[in-house]
Amino acid sequence: MSPKRYRRALLPLAAAGIVGLALTGCTGDIAAGDKENTDCSAYDAYGTFEGSPEVSIGGTIQDAEADRLVESWKDFQTCTGITVNYQGTKEFESQISVLAEAGNAPDLGIIPQPGLFNRLVDGGFLKPATKEVEANVDEFWSEDWKGYGTGSDGTFYAAPLMASIKGYVWYSPTEFKDKGYEIPKTLDELNTLTKKIADEGDHKPWCVGLGSGDATGWPGTDWIEDYVLRQAGPDTYDKWVKHEIPFNDPAIVEAFDSVGEIIKNPDYVNGGLGDVASVISTEFGDAGLPILDGTCSLHHQASFYEGFWPEGTKVSSDGDVYAFLLPGTEASDDKVVTGGGEFVGAFKESKEIDAVRAYLSSDTWANNRVKLGGVISANKGLDASVASSELLQDSVKLLQDENTTFRFDGSDLMPGAVGTDSFWKGIVAWVGGQDTKTTVDFIENSWPSS
Amino acid sequence: MTSADLIGKILQVVGGLAIFAAVIGLLLFFLDRAPKRGRDYWQLAGFLLPTAVLIIAGLIYPAFRTSLLAFQNNSGEWTLDNFVWMFTQPSTLVTLGNTVIWVILVPLLATSIGLAYAYFIDKARGEKIYKALVFMPMAISFVGAGIIWRFVYDYRGEGREQIGLLNQIVVWFGGAPVQWLQSSPINTFLLIVVMIWIQTGFAMVILSAAIKAVPVEQLEAAQLDGTNGWQRFRNVVLPGIRGSLVVVVTTISIATLKVFDIVRTMTGGNFNTSVVANEMYTQAFRAGEQGRGAALALILFLLVMPIVIYNVRTMRKQREIR
Repeated sequence: MSPKRYRRALLPLAAAGIVGLALTGCTGDIAAGDKENTDCSAYDAYGTFEGSPEVSIGGTIQDAEADRLVESWKDFQTCTGITVNYQGTKEFESQISVLAEAGNAPDLGIIPQPGLFNRLVDGGFLKPATKEVEANVDEFWSEDWKGYGTGSDGTFYAAPLMASIKGYVWYSPTEFKDKGYEIPKTLDELNTLTKKIADEGDHKPWCVGLGSGDATGWPGTDWIEDYVLRQAGPDTYDKWVKHEIPFNDPAIVEAFDSVGEIIKNPDYVNGGLGDVASVISTEFGDAGLPILDGTCSLHHQASFYEGFWPEGTKVSSDGDVYAFLLPGTEASDDKVVTGGGEFVGAFKESKEIDAVRAYLSSDTWANNRVKLGGVISANKGLDASVASSELLQDSVKLLQDENTTFRFDGSDLMPGAVGTDSFWKGIVAWVGGQDTKTTVDFIENSWPSS
Repeated sequence: MTSADLIGKILQVVGGLAIFAAVIGLLLFFLDRAPKRGRDYWQLAGFLLPTAVLIIAGLIYPAFRTSLLAFQNNSGEWTLDNFVWMFTQPSTLVTLGNTVIWVILVPLLATSIGLAYAYFIDKARGEKIYKALVFMPMAISFVGAGIIWRFVYDYRGEGREQIGLLNQIVVWFGGAPVQWLQSSPINTFLLIVVMIWIQTGFAMVILSAAIKAVPVEQLEAAQLDGTNGWQRFRNVVLPGIRGSLVVVVTTISIATLKVFDIVRTMTGGNFNTSVVANEMYTQAFRAGEQGRGAALALILFLLVMPIVIYNVRTMRKQREIR
């Protein structure tokens, strides 16, 4: 071989070597969990698996929330020998149908919307729940929750996972105490308080952010749903999400106008973030943070927002931030809440997948996960006191209370063309300056006829 | 992923490539040994069949199925609702209108700017560097370009430090910052700027090569006839590069009709900036309305067709001249 030839071979070889080394950097060789030091008695029922089979899970949960999720099945992995791979992406909701259709879906999907769930069921992509899962759900969840995991064909497919209560208003207890503000008991009192903070003039009362990548606009739909449920009542709410009354019904217009008095009012938004236009461009995760530096007083967001506060923030009724439930129209009204939740659907079947599904639907998992903080579950086997904070303990009690009127997030129950498309787009255009009538007519017209 | 997985995956790739090479090798081997009688046909079939199968499975069948889907609603009933929806909803009409604006402005501006640039720097000192500068955006993906330009148009409230270049310039001149991407209709034009920024390099490189191919004799003859620079450009260079111009304009038009990434990364189709390709994706995969998505895809297909046909015809005519 001539020297020249040597040199010719050198470059590809070097390149291959570098690529190889770089790829090795991507691998994470994790030492297997130590079975001796883990209490495996809670996991006996799931059996042990040889050859470390893998189960993949996909979902929308990301960042710190995803880390805690992975942490929640650490002992399960050690004791059963199953490796659970979780992959979270913001695009999960739009990608999962494509992946399922192509046969590339993960083994399990954490589905954040009943609408999407129903589409997957109708597409024939989901496997029915196993006996163990169904037994768990019958034992630990209410009929309503089981109903949300049941397909249109009457078969039960997916167990609920976590839950969140929407319609909380975040505030700073310290600020309220210093300035003598009272927590409002009715929507009118809330408006009075808003006006009072605005009149004092050192900052705007509300901070709002509707930005969420592909899903920009959804926090606005939560506002509307909360107002519809409180002002028009649960019956109208149910008719609204089922399209038994049109989207441009006067009850819905009233809710839009009431919300608009706050989030489209240049005197009331956007505390610490800019003007009304910044409502759309601010990411929902960042929108509440101005409360911490005193440039904003009120922020409307679900219970999960607790996980978005920076580390070291004291979330309690006498701390840096806390939340009150958006009040009803009358102080005497029973508690009405909107909420959301996730469902675990299976795209494939195998013994190890079944074991993971059963574990995720159990009270063991609910307690394990809730203990790590940031979230709650409507699982009745959940001990409210393990919730990481005062707020979440309150939320668990609220979810487990029989007198609470609970309604699933309306946009999640509407058909995808409305709930995940025109409602979001409508909100964005509406906050951007479009009037209410044009907006509700637009959404009504986009409702699919079938 | 563990090291074992990685090695497994590398082996899979190597194995896959080896199998591919083996299949092709065998095919060629047998074609070479095909019976003497009708060998031409055997070879024709052998070489065309793989391509034909892939085109049928990957292009013709999906196109056929999409066309059928466009006439169905979600429960599979035959209906024209998707098209009624497309041409009656104000928001979809805006989408269609935007696509028209895009497809007129981008090819026109990108080609003119590219042509002017190529002509001015032709034979100038440092031509290569000037070319590289304009060509570089071509190497950036549409998504990357979208993110870069979103920063350029970024907005911070008045009085706060601007991180967007455009708003900083406005502030320097004493203006108030503007929410560029939310202000319709200027936002559509700002997105079009991004596409032009990417495509100008492409137009410039192709046209520059074409300009260099214009025979010097013709230019000298024109000079002897006493023409000025503009007349030479108008009457000698332009006819000489006509073929390349058509290719550039049609290629950019087709790319523009399909534009999706820029709109999606920069505004998500909100604020009246949506275009057909973006709306098609949103309807089919986010809203779960496959029929509406398919109907939009069909319209896109119909819009691209005349451009493709024109392109093919021009190329054929040129071949005849040669």
